[in-house]
Amino acid sequence: MTEADARPALPAAPAGRSLLATAWRRLARNRAAVAALGTLAVIATACVVGPLVSPYRIDQVFWDRIGFDNAPSAAHWFGNDPNGRDLMVRVLFGGQISLMVGLTATLVALVIGVGYGATAGFLGGRVDSVMMRTVDILYSLPFTFFVILLMVYFGRNIILIFVAIGAVEWLDMARIVRGQTLSIKRRDFIEAARAAGATTGAIIRRHVIPNSLGPVIVYMTLTVPRVILLESFLSFLGLGVQEPMTSWGGLIAEGAREMETAPWLLVWPAAFLSTTLFALNFLGDGIRDALDPRDR
Amino acid sequence: MIGYAVRRLIVAIPTLLIIIALAFFMMRIAPGGPFDQERSLPAQIEQNLRAAYHLDEPVWQQFGRYLGGLLRGDFGPSFKYRDFSVTELIAAGFPVSLQIGAAAILFAVLVGGGLGALAAVHQNRTPDHAAMAVATVGLALPNFVVAPLLTLCLGVYLDLLPVGGWGSPAQAVLPIATLALPQIATIARLARAGLVEVLRADYIRTARAKGLPGWRVLARHALYPAVVPVVSYLGPAIAAVITGSVVVETIFGIPGVGRYFVQGALNRDYTLVMGVVVLYAGLIIALNLVVDLVYGWLDPRVRYD
Amino acid sequence: MPHLPCHARLVAAVTVTVMLALPAAAEPVLRRGNDGEAESLDPHKVAGAWEDRIIGDLFEGLLADDPAARPIPGQASSWTVSDDGLVYTFTLRPDARWSDGRPVTAGDFVYAFRRLLAPATAAKYASLLFTIAGAEAFNSGTVTDPEAVAARARGPRTLEVRLAHPAPYFLDQLTHMTAYPVPRHVVDAHGDDWTKPGNIVTNGPYRLVDWQPQRAVTLTRNDAHYAAAEVAIATVVYLPIEDRTEALKRFRADEIDTYPQFPARQYRWLRANLPDETRVAPYLGIYYYPINIHRPPFDRREVRRALALAIDREIITERITGVGEVPATSFVPPGTLNYRPAFEPALGWPAERRLAKARRLLAAAGYGPETPLRFVLRYNTSENHRQVAIAIAAMWKQALGVEVELFNSEVTVHYNALQHQDFEVARAAWIADYNDAQNFLFLAESSSGKLNYPRYANPDYDRLMDQAALTQDPAARGELLHQAEAILMHDMPYIPIYYYVSRNLVSTRIKGWVDNIEDRHRSRWLSLE
Repeated sequence: MTEADARPALPAAPAGRSLLATAWRRLARNRAAVAALGTLAVIATACVVGPLVSPYRIDQVFWDRIGFDNAPSAAHWFGNDPNGRDLMVRVLFGGQISLMVGLTATLVALVIGVGYGATAGFLGGRVDSVMMRTVDILYSLPFTFFVILLMVYFGRNIILIFVAIGAVEWLDMARIVRGQTLSIKRRDFIEAARAAGATTGAIIRRHVIPNSLGPVIVYMTLTVPRVILLESFLSFLGLGVQEPMTSWGGLIAEGAREMETAPWLLVWPAAFLSTTLFALNFLGDGIRDALDPRDR
Repeated sequence: MIGYAVRRLIVAIPTLLIIIALAFFMMRIAPGGPFDQERSLPAQIEQNLRAAYHLDEPVWQQFGRYLGGLLRGDFGPSFKYRDFSVTELIAAGFPVSLQIGAAAILFAVLVGGGLGALAAVHQNRTPDHAAMAVATVGLALPNFVVAPLLTLCLGVYLDLLPVGGWGSPAQAVLPIATLALPQIATIARLARAGLVEVLRADYIRTARAKGLPGWRVLARHALYPAVVPVVSYLGPAIAAVITGSVVVETIFGIPGVGRYFVQGALNRDYTLVMGVVVLYAGLIIALNLVVDLVYGWLDPRVRYD
Repeated sequence: MPHLPCHARLVAAVTVTVMLALPAAAEPVLRRGNDGEAESLDPHKVAGAWEDRIIGDLFEGLLADDPAARPIPGQASSWTVSDDGLVYTFTLRPDARWSDGRPVTAGDFVYAFRRLLAPATAAKYASLLFTIAGAEAFNSGTVTDPEAVAARARGPRTLEVRLAHPAPYFLDQLTHMTAYPVPRHVVDAHGDDWTKPGNIVTNGPYRLVDWQPQRAVTLTRNDAHYAAAEVAIATVVYLPIEDRTEALKRFRADEIDTYPQFPARQYRWLRANLPDETRVAPYLGIYYYPINIHRPPFDRREVRRALALAIDREIITERITGVGEVPATSFVPPGTLNYRPAFEPALGWPAERRLAKARRLLAAAGYGPETPLRFVLRYNTSENHRQVAIAIAAMWKQALGVEVELFNSEVTVHYNALQHQDFEVARAAWIADYNDAQNFLFLAESSSGKLNYPRYANPDYDRLMDQAALTQDPAARGELLHQAEAILMHDMPYIPIYYYVSRNLVSTRIKGWVDNIEDRHRSRWLSLE
């Protein structure tokens, strides 16, 4: 269904690098996208550096702040969680997990999806039709259910969360790349490469994949927020990462129950999560514009 | 096109079979069983229960028994809800899920399409940015935050709408809104992108040059092709609404099948989960086919191979 | 687009249901929120408190609950007990009737007991009536003749029951739903469908009108019941609401009149804003951590006692749970009938002395700051269990240098692991089914199998429990049970954390509500202003 995006609009392979360079220049002129990129950089840096420089550990319990009197204070800017742990260091650490889940799962989806889609599209014929039928079958699986069963079966292994989510998200990617490949395959420069004796693998690597990069990058920026939300959904069901680790989704699920009596438990993680998702969406739009200026 | 639809339906049968087998055996592999609950059962009684549900048979035999039941349209007894068969539970819950799901998608298409059109017509001006920012809110907050926020503000503080339950139209408002919110965002983006492209096309410029007023150009010439990407998104949107309904049904206390899905998986209510999986897989296959057919009808460039 | 007709149908459907659902004006309707969906309305097939609420309104046993959940005459108007405490003879009240007008007979009870115990019924709670002679053998299949169950009809209104051993709690057990009669004529006619609306016939103060799964169970006054004239509320609707936070909101928005489990973390807010509606009372339940005594180093008593001593229970009950739960220093909660719990004094010592002792014990086992003890603490998914586990792990780390890894899994996986001894230290709880110390202490008997998660086996303990089972005098029996519990507390295979409390939300419009230790509140005693 996503084949609608597969417009044969991209320039030929040798232009690949300069295409990215022009795109980058265009992106830099888009103020919303630059602001989004800056915001993401700040949040990511805070999440990585924060827990390192914070005087508190994520599992450190402050006995005088345990229970109910744990609103934000001079010592604990974001307040404390019901177990008396510093919320700021936990929010920043939770960001590490959420961002890592988002990126890793997207990378997994990228690798599987691009490899699969490019192979199917390039080989064509029966192989293509079998491969795409398989994708159709997988499309009709209720995936949430399978992710839940995987969590249950393998325990709350964080690596597995990445892989499981990535394994769910690659289908769209495969379809996009296949569509791109089909349109690229018929172009002259592929014929030329073939005539020059390039192997199929080399053609896929050198020509097909670089040329499908545009839509794939756009799709990636939209997949990361989706994955982060999916992880938060799992946390809401109680299938998130194990204590003392946490994620934004886990913190939000906990805070949502007390939004009236202890709003800081919800506000801080939700603010970080929403800002990140907002920024990712704007960045995605910006990259799309930059890669395909005809659209705007 | 009919041949295409028939071929797709024929492929759907082995597809469903594969899905059923996958779900069935994954459930059995998962640790814990339907009788492992907070209150552990004495060994003898658990054995009685296992015998009553044929869990003492080899797994292959159980699978055969299940498939045999399915062929007769029997989803089997629920392990947890012992007074109702899975067929009865689904028959009671599915219409409810269908109603809020369909209403949410309709609502999302109307509002999202409207926001997208507004943004496209005023491209790169304030209404564009405002509409897109509003739409993005739906993508930036998990629905398990939106739902309690809505019930607290509109249900408790302002006392405008019921907090939960199912039965009156008023009780359906908040669940539908919660379910529609993320879809509004996506649809608004797709509609905007589609419209922007169409508005640049030569025939639109011609129509404008001929002096037709803006809204008529929009309605007459631009809307129809711009709908195409939105339609192509409806398949994934339906899948997303199904997932979202798990949270919405739990928080608003709605008697749909969405929460059977998660509860059943966590309780190891094997038959109930299988029933919902079969239902949803069938639904997704059917709706994807419908969406593809509608898509081809809207955009004649698409060929059915 | 298929969506439009669906939407139109939605509006039509809800309009119709709304019109159907509207109760006749002026009839008082009680809307009781329930914390789970009933798995069944068959009293023999369920085990949950949320089912007990509904089934306890629909059916009535030989004895019934009074407003404070004390046993009072129910379908039986009187009874006698033989001198050896083994034979109970009940006389049914002449006006005991099913809701279809048929009399409730002694044969109905005999039928019901046999049905509960028959292996084919696969009743989850059949073991509760193992008190009756022959019941256990029949349930386990070693005896196939139902006549072996020692309950006999000596006439239409006379029932004789012989016990396997004297059991002062037997009368209390008879108020439990496992001992309710079921209408044989209806079960025979409809089979498994007998509980469906339209089929079901009941003998309690209410009868079933409608049951829509996950949505509502509607009951109305049973005019065939002997006390129908005193039942004030004509219609009771049970609404399943699993999300406690949302249930509280629905209570505040006046969509429900009662709810059995308000969210603990909202207690402060409730006390400040809804003090008259918030009802907290002691409850017969213990929150505890079993230790796998078969896995070194937990086979050493010093290690187990050190862990038990290092927990500051007051922090848990005051700052984590915070609804008035009481720090537990025994396994049987105080308030249990005819019983004096064997409190472990060391658990109540001042912090310094407690922790010093704990460190000494752990050092004796060879663990200290240089050689820290490491293990995994398992808990099942829930905010409360998570917060308690985090706090206790932090206490152990701070006081003893113990490195605890927290491991959370959902209920099925958790209890599966516990039953198969796949744990080191874990979270568990026990809520009593009848008010007697034996209902707690039997867990640690070596014969309890999978229910005894640590597979604790102590011949002295078993001997005292067996002796208590044969003792009729309540005081002497209580003393034997007390000695058994003292052994249990000394060996510490179960670390007690706190005694439960019940946490009800009750609208101030409701009269007749009495807080009680079993947390049973039958609708027949309530009225609405």
